[in-house]
Amino acid sequence: MSATFRFSVSIMPRDGILDPAGRAVEAALPQLHASNVHAVRVGRRVELTVEADSAESARQTVDALAADFLANPLIESWEIEAIGG
Amino acid sequence: MKVAVVVFPGSNCDRDAAHAVRLAGAEAELVWHERTDLGAADAVIIPGGFAHGDYLRAGAIARFSPVMGVVREHAERGGLLLGICNGFQVLTEARLLPGVLRRNTSLRFENRWVRLAVERRDTPFTHAIPAGVMLRMPIAHGEGAYWLPDADLDRLEASGQVLFRYAVPEGNPNGSLRDIAGVTNERGNVCGLMPHPERASEALLGSDDGLLVMRSLVESIAEMGAAA
Repeated sequence: MSATFRFSVSIMPRDGILDPAGRAVEAALPQLHASNVHAVRVGRRVELTVEADSAESARQTVDALAADFLANPLIESWEIEAIGG
Repeated sequence: MKVAVVVFPGSNCDRDAAHAVRLAGAEAELVWHERTDLGAADAVIIPGGFAHGDYLRAGAIARFSPVMGVVREHAERGGLLLGICNGFQVLTEARLLPGVLRRNTSLRFENRWVRLAVERRDTPFTHAIPAGVMLRMPIAHGEGAYWLPDADLDRLEASGQVLFRYAVPEGNPNGSLRDIAGVTNERGNVCGLMPHPERASEALLGSDDGLLVMRSLVESIAEMGAAA
């Protein structure tokens, strides 16, 4: 019996890897009177629905996709979360 | 002699690359990314552009285009494969070349002329370049900063896999580690570079230095054919 499971994958540049997008956002903060805000990092979030027999098997599918496709393990880390809907 | 130029949705240097191949003396065929044959081509070019919109990461989706299966087999047989700009990004994503091309550290899309030092002239991609000559070519990319962990960079250099480095006076335009502009795989039959040889293939364009890379490729096909 197949069911659907929805996940989010949040992908971020690895710690210590220069993040030019984060740096560009941070550079605009003084104009927003937000000079007290630092360490901006920009990543991306992918949401997807998986059809599978079990939550575990759905999770394995997302694990594999994240490592092989959605993120580049050399420079990015990711977190997978089960979400409703 | 025939060179296949792969066309993805979003490729935009495919015709220029084919034109430069013809100038260098070979036949060129544009191969749509959904094909699963290379038209009996002797060598393959993955051209510049924004394959599949560069969504996710530049080259990440192109890696899974149907044509990439035969491109990989071609490379595994020892066939010559050249990735230019977005094509370089596609080949790193496909793990056919080492490294990652990250966002330019300048925070800008860099569209300008650069100078390249040629590290090796005994390769299929560089043997027609006269000794002592630096190449002038344009770049046009937002994600061209070559990156590998330090230890891997040491190995890459030790094994002679760095072919091109950005050189003065223009210097390093994108924050590439160790000024790297182009590399090969370990076997030496797959090459990627961020600058555009095809956009510097006629004096009218401001430089014909890029034609030396194309001529190297085409002459290498001829030599490999003669040896086979």
